[in-house]
Amino acid sequence: MQVFFSIGVDALAYGMVLFIISIGLSVTMGLMRVVNLAHGAFAMIGGYIASYAARDLGLGYGFAIILAVIGTIVIAIPLERFLYRRIYGAPELTQVLMTIGITFCVIGLANYVFGPTLKTIPLPADLQGPVNLGFRTIAAHKLFAIGCGVAVALGLWFLIERTSFGVKLRASVDNTAMAASLGVRTRIVYAASFALAVGLAAFGGVIGAELLPVEPYYALRYMVTFLVVVSVGGAGSIPGALIACLLLGAIDTTGRYLVPEYGEFFFYLAVIAIVWVFPRGLLGRAK
Amino acid sequence: MSATGISTSAAPAVRTGRPWQRDLIGVAVILLASIGGYVLFPDNLALLTRIIAIMFLVLSLDLVTGYCGVATLGHAALFGAGAYAAGIAAVTFGITEPLSMIAIGAIAGAAAGLVSGVVILRGHGLAQLVLSIAVIHLFHEAANKASAYTGGSDGLSGIAPDPLLGLFAFDLWGRTAYIFGIVLLIAAFVLLRILVRSPFGMLCRGIRQDPVRVSAMGASVKASLIRMYVISGVVAGIGGALNAVSTQVVGLDSLSFTNSAEALVMLVLGGAGSLFGALAGTVVFMWFEHVVSAANPFHWLTIVGALLIAVVLFAPKGLYGTAADLARRFARSNP
Amino acid sequence: MSAVFAVERLKKSFGGLDVTRDVSLSMARGDRLALIGPNGAGKTTFVNLVTGHLQASSGRVLMDGEDISRFSPMRRVRAGLVRSFQVTRLFPEMTPGEHVALAILQREGKSGRMAGNFHAMPQVMREMNGILDTLSLGALASVPVGAIAYGQQRLLEIALAMALRPKVLLLDEPAAGVPHSDTFLIENALAQLPDDLAVLMIEHDMDLVFRFAKRVVVLAAGAVIFDGSPRDVTKDARVREAYLGSYAHAGSAA
Repeated sequence: MQVFFSIGVDALAYGMVLFIISIGLSVTMGLMRVVNLAHGAFAMIGGYIASYAARDLGLGYGFAIILAVIGTIVIAIPLERFLYRRIYGAPELTQVLMTIGITFCVIGLANYVFGPTLKTIPLPADLQGPVNLGFRTIAAHKLFAIGCGVAVALGLWFLIERTSFGVKLRASVDNTAMAASLGVRTRIVYAASFALAVGLAAFGGVIGAELLPVEPYYALRYMVTFLVVVSVGGAGSIPGALIACLLLGAIDTTGRYLVPEYGEFFFYLAVIAIVWVFPRGLLGRAK
Repeated sequence: MSATGISTSAAPAVRTGRPWQRDLIGVAVILLASIGGYVLFPDNLALLTRIIAIMFLVLSLDLVTGYCGVATLGHAALFGAGAYAAGIAAVTFGITEPLSMIAIGAIAGAAAGLVSGVVILRGHGLAQLVLSIAVIHLFHEAANKASAYTGGSDGLSGIAPDPLLGLFAFDLWGRTAYIFGIVLLIAAFVLLRILVRSPFGMLCRGIRQDPVRVSAMGASVKASLIRMYVISGVVAGIGGALNAVSTQVVGLDSLSFTNSAEALVMLVLGGAGSLFGALAGTVVFMWFEHVVSAANPFHWLTIVGALLIAVVLFAPKGLYGTAADLARRFARSNP
Repeated sequence: MSAVFAVERLKKSFGGLDVTRDVSLSMARGDRLALIGPNGAGKTTFVNLVTGHLQASSGRVLMDGEDISRFSPMRRVRAGLVRSFQVTRLFPEMTPGEHVALAILQREGKSGRMAGNFHAMPQVMREMNGILDTLSLGALASVPVGAIAYGQQRLLEIALAMALRPKVLLLDEPAAGVPHSDTFLIENALAQLPDDLAVLMIEHDMDLVFRFAKRVVVLAAGAVIFDGSPRDVTKDARVREAYLGSYAHAGSAA
């Protein structure tokens, strides 16, 4: 029972971190149809900035998060302007090459600037200890990650369903040309969603640093995980991404607990099985 | 189509003239380049042989990506399967005759091609890409865990091939391995030239350009692609086995995502959809890697990334495709 | 059975919406049938049901008496049911010669051959040149399709259909996108189709329909409302109603 509970909490925390990082990828993929293999690199950049801010500059955890989100967006803006815009609407192979090129560059630079070692982001005292829920105790940072995931999901739901930006975003996802002719400035919607996606990735990178440790190969190691969330959930679908994240979180965590030796093997096997059964995604729209 | 679209056909579409002439030129160029390599870099034959082995991988990738239009980031699975099969055959089962090792590598490559083809072709677009990445990770993990046969993360060592044809021992300088590789490469090149010109090659080019039209002709797109995957597996498997024979070790890196991605970079750098492009891309990339990583290994990945971005932006047809375009333009202005 | 191709009580509904309602028709060898109907009549759905890209809710599609309703699109082509596309679907980097040769090789079951080249196959070359010359495409045999005019691409669609030697040919708006002044080229090409081939043409251009078809079927709101000779179709009250709505009667009075 104890094991079962631990697996459940870990799976939930891991799934929520995956969700925070991947949801931006899902939205931009649904919107701009760009297969962005470099998304994990942005989460990693966020982790590095937060680690630098908290450890080397001695800033507080909250400040580190804010700095990480803003810093990553600032780094991403020129990339969107000069590289991503060139591949909107391009064939898939082109997008793959460009974004994998960006990933390699980021890994190489991170390795050069920060070295190959793991970087930690010191947690504030409040998040370090266990929290007593009455019948069980949970590590506070896991609870925090779960809470952040729920907050992001609710926030995105509100943004997309209840605001004028959301209306424009949904219109652009459904039919870009039609939205443009109705006066939606799709370029701005694209740029804003890209910034949002990158910011969320950075946020998730910081929050999840305890579960997905920050190191140069982060961007490659979790590339397939983030992509599979979008692929399984269906590009552009928030509920789909949430289900996919919880599912993958459960599979990965269970594998690590029960068969630690073969954890990754079963994880990739599960990925293949899920995509095999749902080649268009759980809630994906047929093309 | 966007201006930055990577063209998957570096070769001109029309080739009604004397195709055999181009094959002969190709073989002559390969021969001259290999003699040049032998004379100029006698101390680097091991590197040159490794380049030849990787050429098989890139040619193999060209068959599915350049000719059929399947985007995959897991093609090293086919190469690694050939390498491990040849290595395991030698170490565990005592099959050390080099030609048999190559044949075993080819068969294992074909089997890996069949498996990954069936899996990868299940999806389209993003799903296809995810499947290809998952496949290479799965192969990697499987090889890592089956350490009784593969040596796990230490690599498989102790491969000691017999003398080639019972006459030529694999020497310390790698001369036999190099010449063996050149002979295999020329044979593969000629056979692949025949393949891409054949009706089946034409069908595959059609599939890349419009699969719906191909099925409206009554041809099976999926069966054709899987068949090409198996052929591609044979080619990659030979490359893997050659690598095992020549280096006498097989490492987990032969089954890695990075190896797959680098093969794609080499192909696009040279020009996808052309056998010459695949060969040129491999030589340029690997020689560049050799020079740069000797000077500064830290920046190698950064440079590969920058190179990729540059190719996408400035030479979407790759080196060979761009050169062929220029040559054609030049020929037109100076008849 | 004399019908080479028949559709029996074909039905398709999406959700609760019936888009194809009890459509039946049959064709004999050599038939020249035009299927017309106002926008939204369900013509595209009908084509997709017949070619197998959509599964019918009920009803059957028969070729030479054989039920092909469960066949995949590819098997239907192999059974002799070939279609052309409303918007050309060709291989932009390949030449008309390669297109036609590939279709011939596919028909002969030789498209999987991994050696040789069609240029060295005299029979294939002869047939290919014959088809291209018939459609006045001979001069373009080795120009990439991406570089030839749209009208000629439309002709190549017909050339491909000829090369596959079908029993039944479904032409989906063969003149779509071709300037009116050039429709005669398409018309001439259609006149070259073999006499014993059953042709079902979906078309908007009524001039073309009247010159080509021996029989006209009108589809409206998913159902067949007319099946008869081109002479009678314009006089039929239900057809006028379907096309012109309430103006139908005003029109006849004027």
